[in-house]
Amino acid sequence: MTAVLTKSSAHSIVEASPRAKMVAGSLVILYAVITILPLVWIVATAFKSQSDAIAYPPKVFFEPTLEGYVNLFTVRTRQTPDFIAKLPPPETWYDKLVRQRDMVIAGPSKVVPRFVNSLIIGFGSTFLAVFLGTLAAYAFSRFRIPLADDLLFFILSTRMMPPVAVAIPIYLMYRQLNLTDTRLGMILLYTAVNVSLAVWLLKGFIDEIPREYEEAALVDGYTRLQALRKVVLPQAVTGIAATAIFCLIFSWNEYAFAVLLTSGEAQTMPPFIPFIIGEGGQDWPAVAAATTLFVVPIVLFTVLLRKHLLRGITFGAVRK
Amino acid sequence: MDKMTTILQPDDATFPGMSEPVKPRTARPVRGLSDRTIAWLFVAPTIALLLAINIFPLVWMIRLSFTSLNLSMSYLPLRFVGLDNFTDILTDEDVWFRLQTTAQFVIWSVAFQVVIGFGLALLINRQFRGHSFWTTIILLPMMLSPAVVGNFWTLLLQPQIGPFNYLISLFTGVPPSSFSMTGQVSLAPWTIVLVDTWMWAPYVMLICLAGLRSIPDYIYEAAEVDRASAWRQFWSITLPMTVPFLMLAVLFRAIENFKMFDMVNLLTSGGPGSTTELVSITLKRAAFEKWRTGYSSALAIILFVTVFGAANIYVKALNKVKQR
Repeated sequence: MTAVLTKSSAHSIVEASPRAKMVAGSLVILYAVITILPLVWIVATAFKSQSDAIAYPPKVFFEPTLEGYVNLFTVRTRQTPDFIAKLPPPETWYDKLVRQRDMVIAGPSKVVPRFVNSLIIGFGSTFLAVFLGTLAAYAFSRFRIPLADDLLFFILSTRMMPPVAVAIPIYLMYRQLNLTDTRLGMILLYTAVNVSLAVWLLKGFIDEIPREYEEAALVDGYTRLQALRKVVLPQAVTGIAATAIFCLIFSWNEYAFAVLLTSGEAQTMPPFIPFIIGEGGQDWPAVAAATTLFVVPIVLFTVLLRKHLLRGITFGAVRK
Repeated sequence: MDKMTTILQPDDATFPGMSEPVKPRTARPVRGLSDRTIAWLFVAPTIALLLAINIFPLVWMIRLSFTSLNLSMSYLPLRFVGLDNFTDILTDEDVWFRLQTTAQFVIWSVAFQVVIGFGLALLINRQFRGHSFWTTIILLPMMLSPAVVGNFWTLLLQPQIGPFNYLISLFTGVPPSSFSMTGQVSLAPWTIVLVDTWMWAPYVMLICLAGLRSIPDYIYEAAEVDRASAWRQFWSITLPMTVPFLMLAVLFRAIENFKMFDMVNLLTSGGPGSTTELVSITLKRAAFEKWRTGYSSALAIILFVTVFGAANIYVKALNKVKQR
């Protein structure tokens, strides 16, 4: 990190003065703190009780509880205190927690299947997109392909379509093919959306690997495919990983297609979270708990991706 | 057709998207596979997938746009109505109003994002201690799911219980339940702009930062030698050299905002009334609530052509800037 900083930091003549740095630093930190507050508030809400979550004035200090998480993972029914008193003593801490509110756990909620859907669809489409993308990117980077520019532009342009617009014919097509509300259908759809990013990003990464490495391998008698496997892929591994994470984040976050094309079986987390309803309307601690669980991987990925972030979000058009 | 790829041509090191034409080298064929076959085999699956999931539906949509298909009455035979759907849409004042709403939203959000993003980038570029940590924090909103963002801002903006109204009332004395950020005609559009800016200003910041870092130090050093003032340096060096990056950011954000659906759908679902009804919401209502498939297909095509056309015109302008 320090090496990078010294390398990119300005020459002494243009180096900002300590005072300028302090002013800049304070302003940026102020902005960062304000920008992160909403997220902090949600994470905190996940640990509030229902009544603390909807208290007025909004509670900054509260007694933390895991009710939100329990409510997220279970379906509960309200019972009379008499009925609950007659039950055998609670076996688990969450049983106990729920009974304090005059409720018993009736079963698991749908959150786990939805989370599993997000994982399967996310990883499935990422794998496919990166696989197809690597092959295509390698071909575009290393071979003379007729109309390569037009093909690349075509690949990019598929991303310009508003999802709501494409959703109509895809809905009709999927109905014919029995792919509506299936994981396979969603995987194929997200692969198609991700593959454009994958090709563009990976082409950039592969372009940077000196051609000479492969040529040396070819001279040594390797075939084209061996050279790809043994020379290019190992060199491109960071780029492939970064691309994969970008694809994963896209599928993980996608909402428009998910809400229009799935209703049950293949529903992912984003369309599910807003409709977590408690007894008196929206169960905010449970919603916040779901949001927190959903957002944690993204936060980790962001930290991991810092270096590649710019490329990923601009299709590799700009490199930092 | 002007190609977007042209802006990415490597006339400098910052746009490495495309490389020079490849000099073909012949390798020992694998089991009779020539390089040409390999190239074809490698590209074909991607193209096939995109044809199946993007182009085929698009063609289908074009066909449907000339029909009166309504999916809630799909027992009716498919009736071709020619250009009726298109004339209906283009003569409908409501649709024009939605387009206006969308345009206003795009203009305001992009403007705020560019100003804030560029400002932040200038500050971060001063490389104060810990700048990379704070940059990462600032980048977080952009990585979140727009749906989740729309959802949790709904909580933050609740007039009765949300912290946002409470804070405003602390500073201004306006009673918190007397205004609703998402439910009031005068405020709802600005709420969308606010949340969108919160989410995407970091994006512009990141692109600007790349622009700023691409300016070589010696130019500033020369300016110092010439005793150019800080303002002068900003106007004659920093700004002109970041303009291509700014324009790229504007292009990407404008396209994304034009088709924005997720966040708005959850935050206001187009309301109150239709104050925040962006075209994408109109489209979703026509297609998936009224099931007017023919009509919505026509609208979708109009939208797509608009995005595509605007992007191409813009890219031409961008190329001119880059060639200067």
